[in-house]
Amino acid sequence: MQNFSLFDIIGPRMVGPSSSHTAGAAKLGRMAWKIARGDVKAAELTLYGSFATTGRGHGTDKALVAGILGLAPDDARLRYSLLLAQEAGVSVDIRYSDEEPEHPNTARIRITSAAGKVTEIVGASIGGGNIRITEINGMEVELSGEYPTLIVRHTDVPGVINDVTSILARERINVAFMRVFRQARRADACMVIETDTPVQERTRELILEWCQQTTEVFTI
Amino acid sequence: MTAANKAYLFHKGSELLALCSAESLPISEIMLRRETALSDVSREAVFQELGETLSTMRASVERGLSEKQTSVSGLTGGDAERLFGYAKRALMGEPMARAVAASMAVVEVNASMGRIVAAPTAGASGILPGVLLTAAESRGWSDAALCAGLLTAGAVGMLIACGASISGAEGGCQAETGTGAAMAAAALVELSGGSPAQALHAAAIALKNVMGLVCDPVAGLVECPCIKRNAIGAANAVLSADLALSGVESLIPFDEVVAAMKSVGRAMNPDLRETARGGIAASPTARALQRKLFGQEEP
Repeated sequence: MQNFSLFDIIGPRMVGPSSSHTAGAAKLGRMAWKIARGDVKAAELTLYGSFATTGRGHGTDKALVAGILGLAPDDARLRYSLLLAQEAGVSVDIRYSDEEPEHPNTARIRITSAAGKVTEIVGASIGGGNIRITEINGMEVELSGEYPTLIVRHTDVPGVINDVTSILARERINVAFMRVFRQARRADACMVIETDTPVQERTRELILEWCQQTTEVFTI
Repeated sequence: MTAANKAYLFHKGSELLALCSAESLPISEIMLRRETALSDVSREAVFQELGETLSTMRASVERGLSEKQTSVSGLTGGDAERLFGYAKRALMGEPMARAVAASMAVVEVNASMGRIVAAPTAGASGILPGVLLTAAESRGWSDAALCAGLLTAGAVGMLIACGASISGAEGGCQAETGTGAAMAAAALVELSGGSPAQALHAAAIALKNVMGLVCDPVAGLVECPCIKRNAIGAANAVLSADLALSGVESLIPFDEVVAAMKSVGRAMNPDLRETARGGIAASPTARALQRKLFGQEEP
């Protein structure tokens, strides 16, 4: 049986009106901001399902924009996020799609950095302010954002997981959960490693440098 | 987690009461021990988080009562202030009217994109802070006492989440404002000096009072009828606490009430579970509002 924490019941502290359509949306945006390492020059946000149909009444658009600016779901400035984006010189394009998503509350967030690098994530708000990221730059993943997370895109060959986890071991980072996703044998693959302590930028660079089969490394 | 800590992982009201009586401790203390064991944090860390929770709750009540709120959709706002100004003349008595107004205030703040604490959800966020903070004023309860109240409320909410659901999409409004009222009722009982058994009687009574209540938000928004459902939720909490404190018991034990609530939620047509397809959400006026706001029928 699930062991709910006290603060799953009394919480989250959040900006309303909806834990799924507002707090969850803000969290999704913030995950994209983290994955893009805070470097956001332009963002294209596409809302699907119930996000698209009732999102405006729930401030889903404002919440997503607040997130990509790095605001937390309980930041009182959330309702003015469109203005904040304008002030920060971040251009925002919000689209409403009638395409049927897998989960009713889904958003696609495409971020372009100042240098023109594109990061695209897809995620869903699954209730009570909890979220699930299902896609990063076209890779299928599954992560909650509840833990510090390391996402490594790599080629599916023997030893690559060992290379990455050895570096984590050397940096004394304990793995809480780990999953590996691949398109096909020996093809593009991705490991999602949720850890107890955050993975520092230095560690991220080490992995990219020393693990030859890795192509992209993200940290959250 | 050590074996000693594991002992505090209760999932049923009966298990909670057994722990309380074995150790002669209130629900709040058992819940605190469970939380420190489960999340592997210190008592101080739990109280710090509770303190922040309490201050966000207090700010949301104060804001909702002192400034007129207007929801993002423009459909609702200002009713908490209206009732608060009228409280002295209220038929239900001033303390109850103030508790109800405070509860509505929080949900109005929520609907206007202000900061609140979900308890257990955003749509039911008014009941617990509304009744606890209002009662604290007249009873002189300290913030430490209120934190204990939040622990007791959390224990009841957790039991309902385990045994049934706290989501309107799964169990209708009974799962949201019903749970909020049950949580608040149990907290009121403990802070008023009632026993753990009385706290669960109060929670059981509060749940029974709204069993079968549907979730039918107009235009799919957390506004109408949610704000007024928090009003009745606050009244339900105070009433149920007073019944239990006077010695009235729930004939049906808490755990069986939770199980009944779960089966009622399952039997509920999906149109009546947060889809905005049934109940008052399907009324001609609600449909017209929805078209006006979103230019379409389906939420």
